[in-house]
Amino acid sequence: MAELNISERQAGDITILDMDGKVTIGEGSVALRSTIRRLLGEGKSKILLNLGQVGYVDSSGIGELVSSFTAVNKEGGTLKLLNLTQKIQDLLAITKLLTVFDTFDNEGDALSSYQ
Amino acid sequence: MTAETTEIKLPSRLESIDKAVVEALKFATSAGFSEEETYPIDMAVREAVANAVKHGNLLDETKQVEIALSSSDTDFEISVRDFGEGFAVEEIPDPTNPENLLKANGRGILFIRTFMDEVEWFHHPKGGTVIKMTKKR
Repeated sequence: MAELNISERQAGDITILDMDGKVTIGEGSVALRSTIRRLLGEGKSKILLNLGQVGYVDSSGIGELVSSFTAVNKEGGTLKLLNLTQKIQDLLAITKLLTVFDTFDNEGDALSSYQ
Repeated sequence: MTAETTEIKLPSRLESIDKAVVEALKFATSAGFSEEETYPIDMAVREAVANAVKHGNLLDETKQVEIALSSSDTDFEISVRDFGEGFAVEEIPDPTNPENLLKANGRGILFIRTFMDEVEWFHHPKGGTVIKMTKKR
């Protein structure tokens, strides 16, 4: 089984990526990077990452979330985070990235925030 | 409980990071750490071995990463040695400074310091750098 599985849903012009697994150095980080690049290439720049099933992220994975955020911003889009586990929330607090990312624990609220 | 130790030597490639973590968790579990208690050890080993492979040994597979694990009644100690040129830890930029927040790299040492109780770096007398990390029980 792949380290990180990413499935894609559309809610209007917002793309939701349901992520399941680990975002760590190597395969997990690369999978996220290539998915974001592909979406931007397709003109999809409103992206919501659902991290509810992501049990583990290392510093490389946090770096990949930041790179995704900046890549999407550069294209005039918005990347937000949904369903942070306690561990990911703690890592974003330690790195002071909670001040950078918009985070939500309810999908409806997250989707409304793009309007 | 008497102190127990084990050593692992791995080539400098990304796959070695997961291998080191698996071995460290096996050792920590056998030393009595619960699954929740092994999370900081998992994170510290992952970050230290990743640094050794990427920044210390520059992914040169002819260079090894040496990991020593030791467990006693009071401490769990992890040492990771690379064979690189070394670095000055005080020169690593603080990733939480506003100007560094959007950088893709540079958070590994912050995580190690967060999850372990004591962290020190020293030059190995026979070359390379050692990071020694201690988790109190």
